Amino acid sequence: MIFLRLFWEFFKTGLFAVGGGMATLPFLYDMSTRTGWFTQAKLADMIAVSESTPGPIGVNMATYVGFETAGIPGAVTATLGLICPSIIIILIIARVLKQFRENKTVDAAFYGLRPCSIALIAAAGLLVAKITFLDTEALELGSGIAAFAGLFRWKAVALAAVLLVATRGVKALKKLHPVVFIAASAVIGILFSF
Amino acid sequence: MKLLSLFLSFAKVGVMTFGGGYAMIPILEREIVDKQGWASSEELMDYYAVGQCTPGVIAVNTATFIGYKVGGIVGGIIATLGVVFPSLVIITLIAGILTNFADIPAVKSAFSAIRVCVCVLIFNAVLKLWKGAVKDKGALVLFLLVFVLSVFFDISPVIFVLLCAAAGIVLTRMGVRGK
Repeated sequence: MIFLRLFWEFFKTGLFAVGGGMATLPFLYDMSTRTGWFTQAKLADMIAVSESTPGPIGVNMATYVGFETAGIPGAVTATLGLICPSIIIILIIARVLKQFRENKTVDAAFYGLRPCSIALIAAAGLLVAKITFLDTEALELGSGIAAFAGLFRWKAVALAAVLLVATRGVKALKKLHPVVFIAASAVIGILFSF
Repeated sequence: MKLLSLFLSFAKVGVMTFGGGYAMIPILEREIVDKQGWASSEELMDYYAVGQCTPGVIAVNTATFIGYKVGGIVGGIIATLGVVFPSLVIITLIAGILTNFADIPAVKSAFSAIRVCVCVLIFNAVLKLWKGAVKDKGALVLFLLVFVLSVFFDISPVIFVLLCAAAGIVLTRMGVRGK
């Protein structure tokens, strides 16, 4: 029963992803390896689309995965699954908002949760980076310096260096919306046939 | 009538939230505080702060909060459905179109390069979050443990989340926090 599984997987994501849109990434990565609903390369594409379209990233990703897995009903099911825990939790907290904010145990739990959430995002990001920058087939073909050099997708590495400088080093570009960099990358990708 | 305007207002917020997170605050401010008067700026910041540190998507959490305040439980649900409605429509359209064009070489090239950009964006997001979350040795140790274990072992993120919440409580009780 694909819809029940979709709902359950995204319910879990909504319940345990703390800290905004990108926090859903490790859960989607885990989902991709366990269910085979979508590939990891596809996941990177979905992040790009979710970042460049209106709507919260987490919701966009859920809708996208749901659609890829089971069409429009799948998109609706996954999105509802994602928001269900939020609705339940927030409706409970809304009644005791002040106590919740000042509760020492809640605060202590978040002291541990925040680094956890970032570590999970970083680890999932590393796996996306692996399929983006490395050509793992090259390793099986030979050994030595040539094979090592062939391991990297050099065009990708060069583009990453340019983007890093642009998004972190150049003041005028720093504040630009991610969609600008995504669009520029798409154009570069077509021009230099990535 | 109130429920309809809740739905429409939050659908508008959903359309205008590009990328989520902090980009959403000025839009909420204009629509919810200035135009509708459903909450004060201070309340909005409170909701946003709590929405950030409770599970789930921040935009959704904030919508549920304000919806609940305006129209009770039904209001909370309607506002939340409003905020996700544009995503459902827009993403379904784009995903449907992309599926048909995915095999064109130019589209493939574009997405190969976009993936590089996504890596850089994730890296930047991690750096930005790092500043607010890893402020002492205890947090650094948790970060390293989770990072290394989740890169090398196939462990569900759920496990890490539960263990780290517990670790946060234990470390705070032990007085390790802040050192």
